[in-house]
Amino acid sequence: MSRKKTVSVENFRARVEELSGENVFACYQCGMCAAGCPLTEEMDRLPSQVIRDLQLNDITLLDSNAMWVCASCLACEVRCPKGVDLAKLMEALRQLHLRKELDHVSIDEMSQQEIAKLPQIALVASFRKKTG
Amino acid sequence: MNTIPYFPGCSLKDTATGFESSAQFVMETLGLRLQELERWNCCGTVTSLTTDDLMHHLASVRNLVRVQDLHESELVALCSMCYNTLARTAQRINADPVERDKINQFMDRESSYEGTVEVRHLLQVLRDRIGWETLAQATPITLEGLKVACYYGCTLLRPKEAAIDNTEKPTIMSEAMAAAGATSVPFPFAGECCGTYQVVDRRDLSIERSFRVIQSALRAGANVIATACPLCQHNLQEAQKELGHVQGLADIEIVYFTELLAAAMGMDPQRLPEGLNVLIQQTAEAQTGWGGS
Amino acid sequence: MSEEKMMQIFIMGKAYDVPVGVTIMDAMEYAGYRFVRGAGCRSGFCGACATVYRKEGEYRLEFALACQEMVEEGMHLTQLPFTPAPRSSYVLSELDADENVLLQHYPAIARCVSCNTCTKACPQDIEVMDYVQAALRGDLKKVSELSFDCIQCGLCSMRCPADIKHSHLAQMARRLYAVTQSPEPDHLKTRMSELAEGIHEVQLDALMKMNLDELKKQYAARVIEAEGEES
Ligand code: SF4
Ligand code: SF4
Ligand code: SF4
Ligand code: SF4
Ligand code: FES
Repeated sequence: MSRKKTVSVENFRARVEELSGENVFACYQCGMCAAGCPLTEEMDRLPSQVIRDLQLNDITLLDSNAMWVCASCLACEVRCPKGVDLAKLMEALRQLHLRKELDHVSIDEMSQQEIAKLPQIALVASFRKKTG
Repeated sequence: MNTIPYFPGCSLKDTATGFESSAQFVMETLGLRLQELERWNCCGTVTSLTTDDLMHHLASVRNLVRVQDLHESELVALCSMCYNTLARTAQRINADPVERDKINQFMDRESSYEGTVEVRHLLQVLRDRIGWETLAQATPITLEGLKVACYYGCTLLRPKEAAIDNTEKPTIMSEAMAAAGATSVPFPFAGECCGTYQVVDRRDLSIERSFRVIQSALRAGANVIATACPLCQHNLQEAQKELGHVQGLADIEIVYFTELLAAAMGMDPQRLPEGLNVLIQQTAEAQTGWGGS
Repeated sequence: MSEEKMMQIFIMGKAYDVPVGVTIMDAMEYAGYRFVRGAGCRSGFCGACATVYRKEGEYRLEFALACQEMVEEGMHLTQLPFTPAPRSSYVLSELDADENVLLQHYPAIARCVSCNTCTKACPQDIEVMDYVQAALRGDLKKVSELSFDCIQCGLCSMRCPADIKHSHLAQMARRLYAVTQSPEPDHLKTRMSELAEGIHEVQLDALMKMNLDELKKQYAARVIEAEGEES
């Protein structure tokens, strides 16, 4: 793992809960979030596994791609029977990287041709979710 | 003519100008002009979801201040992402005097935001202020025979607090279409994600999601998809371009819902998408039995 | 000199007594600083003398041009003579003004959070945030008009949390707007044709023939536009 220190194992879960405002122990692992998530095929951990790993304070979760694949569609949020907002947990995980300038999208590497095709709305959203 | 403060958003000034011009036409026709804020800034497009990050709400609040400065309390948006971002920020900041205070102190060159502005989507204004009957009376050109898949995507429906209709079974857009004489065909992907901003660094992913949305609409028998978001529109059209060889995919029109309403109200076809004009023409011919396909 | 009123300021943390009623730049020179960089025109046009200061008892950082702003008692100041902000390179005639061309060259525009910090930093009183926002929607005309007084001091870019290169994108917008959208001004057309016809050839030839001493004499005797006079 080569990265700046984003958070230590001692306060990993606490920090995510603080940033998201969510209680990860509210989840009883029903799997509704994963069932409705449109992007699970692309994730290396399912949304329900993300929250399970948080319950277990598994800091390797920081290396998962789930937070970057998540599109903040909120399908999980509206369907969770326990009222957990998983999108906020995903955002907190992203923020742990982004606040240390560990960007997931490299603006410098984007070509002018790529940008030319994209509407502003896509760029603003992507940079807000994936650059710090 | 009555007016209502209106927030366009960046994409409507560039890649989605047809969305704006058709909406303006619709609202002029209905006697409620969209009055663009004189000064506005990007809404931020996505809502910042952490508890402590007020910085990313500044953009939205600044726009709310502009509305307050007009002594108005309502702001209407067309783009569903703008709507969602502005509405969620307004809900959060209107309800939290402590956060409002912090923001006001930071933005000390603006007038202090009092927390009184509410944000609505154009569809809500059509339903709640204009009414479907009035809308129906203003559409001399019938869209009968057109089979519209009303595509909501994420941001008109989620989260619940910002939803403009039932999150799982929305009908607001089909009601608008019905008022214009079109038939809307229900399809299961109406509220599924198009892949949104993933198009920037994971284009494969947004193409795949959007492809499924279009296929779902096709299977339901639609010949046109109505959208309310420049990013949905972009992603669906990209998928269509890329996978046009897949059967039927190239045949479906993808337009803004306001373009359909504007067509029904008699907007100059030259200002509407070519494909939509052709489709309307063909449908009308088929309806009256003048040959056609 | 002895009757001059004096006051105390702090330059990079060190106290100095300087005369009342002079500019920051003059005060610094009085205190013994020599400007190798960080000063150019000395008249508020070149943007080389960007200065950051705080006044005693105030929480805000303030921003100024050293050659324009007067020193005040208790100012704590430093200079920011240079802003690292490489420019994007482009061939003006090959750009398509209809596309999101500013975003292509300066994509960080899309990171603007509308915090307005840039506007607060601008010593030229420009609505900097508004021109960045206009750039985001591709409104070249508005960027050009709003940014017209920018002297590229770079203070806005030093403050921006989104790392936007304001002055460069604005310059690009003005160039592009001038070439593609704004009408060519008549006086420029006239002047260009006069130059092409060679109205200055005689004077230039005379200058070319002068030796160094004659040139120096001419320079010393030159007529300078009076301050503040409209030309
Ligand atoms: S839907 Fe809610 S309770 Fe069920 S697994 Fe997901 S987060 Fe846990
Ligand atoms: S918000 Fe993210 S995790 Fe939740 S359903 Fe959407 S893509 Fe999946
Ligand atoms: S816009 Fe920026 S670079 Fe230009 S004068 Fe103002 S602060 Fe300086
Ligand atoms: S300082 Fe940067 S982020 Fe803030 S308003 Fe100016 S350009 Fe935008
Ligand atoms: S020295 Fe040129 S602006 Fe101050």
